[in-house]
Amino acid sequence: MNIAGKLAVAAALIALGACSNVTNPIGGGAGGAGGIGGDASNPTSPAYFQQVVGDRVLFEVDQSSLTSTAQSILQGQADWMIANPSYTAIIQGHADEQGTREYNLALGARRANAVREFLIERGIAGNRLQVVSFGKERPLEICSAESCYAQNRRAVTVLASDLTG
Amino acid sequence: MRLVFACCVLALTALTAPLAMAQSGPLRIEITEGVIEPLPVAVPDFIPLNAQATQYGARIAQVVVADLVNSGLFREVPQSAYISQVTDFNTPLQYADWRAINAQAVITGAVGLSGGRLTVQFRLHDAVSGQVMAGLQFRSTQEGWRRMAHKVADAVYAQLTGEGGYFDSRVVFVSETGPKGDRRKRLAIMDYDGENVQYLTGSDDIVLAPRFSPNGDRVLYTSYETGFPRVYLLDVTTASRRPLEQADGTMSFAPRFAPDGRTVVFSLTRAGNTDLYRMNVSGSGLERLTSSPSIETAPSFSPDGRQIVFESDRSGSQQLYVMNADGSDVRRISFGQGRYGTPVWSPRGDLIAFTKQNRGRFHIGVMRTDGSEERLLTASFLDEGPTWSPNGRVIMFTRETQGANGRAALYSVDITGRNLRPVRTPDGASDAAWSPLQK
Repeated sequence: MNIAGKLAVAAALIALGACSNVTNPIGGGAGGAGGIGGDASNPTSPAYFQQVVGDRVLFEVDQSSLTSTAQSILQGQADWMIANPSYTAIIQGHADEQGTREYNLALGARRANAVREFLIERGIAGNRLQVVSFGKERPLEICSAESCYAQNRRAVTVLASDLTG
Repeated sequence: MRLVFACCVLALTALTAPLAMAQSGPLRIEITEGVIEPLPVAVPDFIPLNAQATQYGARIAQVVVADLVNSGLFREVPQSAYISQVTDFNTPLQYADWRAINAQAVITGAVGLSGGRLTVQFRLHDAVSGQVMAGLQFRSTQEGWRRMAHKVADAVYAQLTGEGGYFDSRVVFVSETGPKGDRRKRLAIMDYDGENVQYLTGSDDIVLAPRFSPNGDRVLYTSYETGFPRVYLLDVTTASRRPLEQADGTMSFAPRFAPDGRTVVFSLTRAGNTDLYRMNVSGSGLERLTSSPSIETAPSFSPDGRQIVFESDRSGSQQLYVMNADGSDVRRISFGQGRYGTPVWSPRGDLIAFTKQNRGRFHIGVMRTDGSEERLLTASFLDEGPTWSPNGRVIMFTRETQGANGRAALYSVDITGRNLRPVRTPDGASDAAWSPLQK
């Protein structure tokens, strides 16, 4: 067997092992707009979480505080995660393009963390919630106007099924 | 991966030919005030010393002219205007013929090629006083011909301005392709003038904001290789890379080398809060420099390594601060209207370049290190990320156009705000970092 083959086998063995960090993201992706995850009419499906509960909250310019609208969406997310304990989530924070790159990375992290803290406060275990910031690297809407910026200043809760079961 | 110039050895020796040194102030460019009237320079094709070298005579002259014109301090006297032709390197110039076409400086040169080694020599003539001001000889491998042309231009620039040159330098940057909503980014390196582009990473993962080590042999940057932003160290010659140490559940970004080349300062985000830390390149000795609930990022060392300028929103909006390298004695230096970010200390130590946002516009600007004498050099929908030329006279930065088809490109401008120029890159480009002068 060549080296590439051995590496492939090794990688497969690692993937099959009881690796606690291996998670399988569902839907979402960096843009958070994926459409997979089952049938939205099934309340236990990720599609329901994404489309009915709402997987994202929006922020004011240069802010990371949660609006009342955001808080009610996040309450729904917390309720859903309590009812569906086999899921973990990565919360992705984003910024609009009106800012310098590294500042926006830090701002996106603030936003993602605000969501995480809210969900923890509402009963979700912290070890089910990871955060990441994409700053202004992955805009959802690409026009250079407030109508787009408002959609890009977001935190998206991307579900993952925990392979460790 | 092997970079072409990795093994390039350049020898620099003074020409033995007698040089009549310039008398009291014949040719001199004062660049501090901003040059309004560029100096006319003629660069005849370099004389090939043997048949193999023929292909380089015109090419080297063209690169020398392009460098000088690119600086904004010179304009080319076109070869079509020449009255007398230069056919032998050692035959004295007919200075009257060059004065007649208003050439104030004339650069003559010769190039030889033997055993794969190029030898380039040149003389800088002051046509007005009829004197040779400087002459040098360089040697390198055949592939290094562009670098030798840049070295000729650097020597001319240094002779006429009294400042170091910046043409024999490289730029590491982020090459961008794909639509705005799904940009593909990869690290690339090129000569300062956009030639010899080479890619250092693939485009599978987002990469951001590379920075050179003090001698240009390594690059620090941020990559999403693991799905989370994390600082990597890359060897420019081999393109091999490794992540710096990082605790689980944190993000790290905005890495910069200290002038000693062994210490890294960077932003670490823990529980949503971003502060500045320092550690050894080896991964040991992690030390926290700021402890504030605000965002601290975009650090940059003073050239002596004693101070760090950075941005923080501790006052409620992004502003610039300077602190000692150990984190003590923090003082705010930006007080104008708007937000200030991405400060970069000049290699000369005298100025700090920054990005300013004010009333919906972005600017690149410079200020003294105490925040005085702020000067904005550019204005557009989105300018950001300044980086200094090795001599501290030119700033390269990212300009992004607006809208759904918005695209990032690199530009350069001199510190007087003159000579704004696009830098040629094959695709979109952002986050440039200028190398020191090559050895």
